[in-house]
Amino acid sequence: MEATFPVLSMIIFIPIIGAVIILFMNREQKDLIRGLAIASAGLCFILSLFVFLNYNSQVEAITANQAALLEAGDTSTGTQMFKETLAFEEKVPWIEKLGISYHLAVDGLSAPMVLLTGMVAVTGVLISWRIDDRTKEFMAFFLLLVAGVYGVFVAVDLFVLFFFYELAIFPMYLLIATWGWVKLREYAAMKLTLYILVGSVVALVGVIAMVITADQFFQNAGAEVFAQAKASGILTEDDRTFSFGMTSITLAAENGAFDVVGYAGIDGMTFAKLWFPLVFIGFAILAGVFPFHNWSPDGHVAAPTAVSMIHAGVLMKLGAYAALRCGVQLLPEGAQVHLPWIVFLTLINVVYGAFIAFRQRDFKYVIGFSSVSHMGLVSMGFASMNIVGMTGAGLQMFSHGAMTALFFGCVGMVYDRAHTRDIPSLGGFIKVMPWVGIAFIVGGLTSMGMPGFSGFIAEFPIFSGMWAASENVTLTIGSFHLTNYYSIIVIIAALGIVITAAYVLRVTATVFFGDFDRAKYPDVGDITVRERFILVFLGAPLILLGVYPALMDPMLQAGMRPVLAILGLA
Amino acid sequence: MNFDVLSFLVFAPAVAGIIVLLLPQQKWLARFAALGAATLIGGVAAAVFFAYNAAAPDFQMVIQSQWFPLLNADWHIGVDGISASMVLLTGLLTPLAILISFEIEDRVNTHMALILFFASGLFGVFVAMDMMVFFLFYELTLVPMFFIINQWGGPNRKYASTKFFIYSLGGSLGMLLAVQLVGLTAGTFSIPELAQIWPNFTGANGTFLGIPIQTVKGLAFLGFFIAFCIKVPVWPFHTWLPDAHSEAPTAGSMLLAGVMLKLGAYGFLRLVIPLFPDVWIADLNILGFVTNWSTVFAFLAMMGVVFGAFAAFGQTDIKRLVAYSSVNHMGFVAMGLAVAALTYGQAWRDGTSEHMQSAILATNGAVLQMFNHGLTSAGMFLLAGAIYHKTHTRDMTQYGGLWVRAPIYGGIFIFMSMASLGLPGLNGFVSEFLVVRGSWSVFTALTIVSMIGLLFTGGYILKGIRAVLHGPFNMHWKDTNLEIDLREFIAIAPLLVLILLTGLAPNWILNVINASVTHVLTTAHLVAGGM
Repeated sequence: MEATFPVLSMIIFIPIIGAVIILFMNREQKDLIRGLAIASAGLCFILSLFVFLNYNSQVEAITANQAALLEAGDTSTGTQMFKETLAFEEKVPWIEKLGISYHLAVDGLSAPMVLLTGMVAVTGVLISWRIDDRTKEFMAFFLLLVAGVYGVFVAVDLFVLFFFYELAIFPMYLLIATWGWVKLREYAAMKLTLYILVGSVVALVGVIAMVITADQFFQNAGAEVFAQAKASGILTEDDRTFSFGMTSITLAAENGAFDVVGYAGIDGMTFAKLWFPLVFIGFAILAGVFPFHNWSPDGHVAAPTAVSMIHAGVLMKLGAYAALRCGVQLLPEGAQVHLPWIVFLTLINVVYGAFIAFRQRDFKYVIGFSSVSHMGLVSMGFASMNIVGMTGAGLQMFSHGAMTALFFGCVGMVYDRAHTRDIPSLGGFIKVMPWVGIAFIVGGLTSMGMPGFSGFIAEFPIFSGMWAASENVTLTIGSFHLTNYYSIIVIIAALGIVITAAYVLRVTATVFFGDFDRAKYPDVGDITVRERFILVFLGAPLILLGVYPALMDPMLQAGMRPVLAILGLA
Repeated sequence: MNFDVLSFLVFAPAVAGIIVLLLPQQKWLARFAALGAATLIGGVAAAVFFAYNAAAPDFQMVIQSQWFPLLNADWHIGVDGISASMVLLTGLLTPLAILISFEIEDRVNTHMALILFFASGLFGVFVAMDMMVFFLFYELTLVPMFFIINQWGGPNRKYASTKFFIYSLGGSLGMLLAVQLVGLTAGTFSIPELAQIWPNFTGANGTFLGIPIQTVKGLAFLGFFIAFCIKVPVWPFHTWLPDAHSEAPTAGSMLLAGVMLKLGAYGFLRLVIPLFPDVWIADLNILGFVTNWSTVFAFLAMMGVVFGAFAAFGQTDIKRLVAYSSVNHMGFVAMGLAVAALTYGQAWRDGTSEHMQSAILATNGAVLQMFNHGLTSAGMFLLAGAIYHKTHTRDMTQYGGLWVRAPIYGGIFIFMSMASLGLPGLNGFVSEFLVVRGSWSVFTALTIVSMIGLLFTGGYILKGIRAVLHGPFNMHWKDTNLEIDLREFIAIAPLLVLILLTGLAPNWILNVINASVTHVLTTAHLVAGGM
């Protein structure tokens, strides 16, 4: 569906233009800078909300169309389904010789992510309102970061995806290294950047290999498929065999381009089997997959509040999103082979992350490790490879994004006034900051999966999906066979919930309840209206989605179905 | 009716709670706003009860709309006779609890808001016809109650509230897994549909995920069984209750004992009995005894009756006495439910059961006991709270001879105690008699022992009366105003009226309950299948 008005481009370019204008402004005009920043972020949010609601109104039709396609059962059903799920499409040829086009669109998974980014952008600017040191540069880099994140979510061309992926990483480094926590910022910023860059480079190599292999496929064995796709409208006239477009790579994947046996001369090896772990884990590093999660807690803690919010809230979802798109969607057979053992890593994320969070003394580290733990559930949902688990993963991406942004907002508000993050030293803060206390409780209940909040709405399908998948997945290592292996994973992961409940309760009780030491914190006062807005803005979706999951569930289902259809599992 | 009254009942208290939270921090404004909202909602709840047509005993006022499409879980709510009586109970007790909470001076807005949020959760459970909706509200009620106990409770509140929360949450982890298992395999979370599908589910050639189907069903059953046993509470899963009840502020105790415990019993009746008829009557081998889960449940119920009574007898803390009396009284509920479970299972398997008439009596008794105990325990906690508010101690040895200075309070105290004891003419007698009469032919030995337990019920009640009201007057209180005040009297008056009315003419509620209980039990054989 072609867009009449380039909404998605606007969403990407408004922050970029905003950033550029800010960089040219006089650094003394801080209020003007902040005003422009919030205007850009606010406008982006409104456009994101528009995209979300508009797509929501189309979801029923799209789902019906998907069902019809499945009924018809043509070849390349998955790719066609993927193409027809896209909305607000914009396509302009960019570097024709390399098959790169500026191709943007949203589908059922990216629309909620776009909305989430808008929310976190607005609240991030608002919570950074009082930053006085080099306000100009901060706001400019923050907006660039926001633009990069948006770009990844709406990209339908792999090059565009990478372009914005890197665009998002570069301001992260500057933001953390310059405005972060003095003790840790340079180390954390460098570690974060190196980890993510290395991961993305590995994935990039994989993606380029995919493009080349797809090209070879279309020119030889898949020539007919290619011609058919052009005829039926899946590919457009100017699409070449060598293309970075997601649609054409998906077409190749669905028709077996990556499943040719004997790849690299190894018996039984296919392209997908070899490259999937590299691509998936390369991107999943940004999602904090064990054992490459190490950059995340330090990154969270060292970053200024707004950056922590966008880091945990959105950036980690970028990793999961890209891992899904480039890994699972484009190398589905590889996914089927490798996800069973990758899911074990995600289990370690969930349980180990929770245990570590329990041990932390620093308020922000608790939240940081809790992010690592909850992101494990996202990847676990992907591993279930059925509509229930994968939609649950999508729900968790949104729910956790809002929840962790809320958490970091609360932590930031406490830290700004108390100037300490040491949990044992804090206490009784709900008496002086009731809004923050209640918001933290809402976030806490969400994170432990309490029914009535969005965390439950996300975790329930993930676990259910894993149960359902359990019949089909047998772990085979050599001659060791473990059936119903996913059920065991689920049961252990469910224990992770108990630990989550424990540390959330402990932190809440220690920091917010108990006695407030007036002598130690003489000038801690309540939060401003601006900050209350942030808390309500981020907390409301947690409750809304928790009470009425139909707000987002059909949309995510529509987004995940094409991925499963490509595999033939829809 | 066009107006979705049940959704209103579920959400209006929460909305009212948010409004109360946002009101200016003026105590009387918050108190009356909350009271007004709760009374209005209570009126609607009563209207729902009286609008229920006992001649058409199935679910009424049903709403089913899209909620969580991914899981095939709908916003599916409705009431039948059993839920209507529970809705009435909740609607009645909430404004009374708020009225009693006028004595709270600290953070009034938040306290009132939490009571209202709690009421929302309770309504949600009772009107749920979808297992996900049920589970959601079941768990959600833990949160406001935790905060009510933790923030406004007695000296040992931190321990009591944490134990209550973790015990209940941990216990329902099994239920969470069971809910997932049942809902996903059956492909629906709708309780009426599940009652049709799940008992006959045999999996793929007798196994599910490679495990024999009987084992799977047994595990799912246990998940629900343990979670609900904790809530009712059934001995020996009751140990969270004495602390939680005694440390909670008066309103918290009233709602906790008055309504929250009934969530567990309701869960048994609505979910466990219809979904697992085969498990309830399947042979169970324990240490050489061949028995079944219904008998085990009846045994545990009997233990609750007896041990609850003994434990109550030994208390010096008035609130702990009433708390253990809850274990004692809910034991009768459990006994009635055990009979229902056995009979439903037999009717499902064989088309009919020899115990059908007894089961109908026993189950009527159990549900009526749920309602009655709601009234009497709320009343007892109200009275305990009243005297605590004046004397600032819960230690009955410190009371003594209060009758002299508080005759009206004393009279009400005796009235309420007699209701709790099961004096004929008051409500407790009707329900306990029905349960005993119904379970006599099914679990004779256990019933006999329970009736001996009843003796001790009389024992602790009379002991309580003596300790509080009779004997020499403790001069320590000579300058304290001990008499019940007008506000407390207004709060307890509706309970007194209903206790007397239900005792003398129980049909006003028994008709409604009976219609649905009979319907549930006698349609068991219609659930296609049998073993």
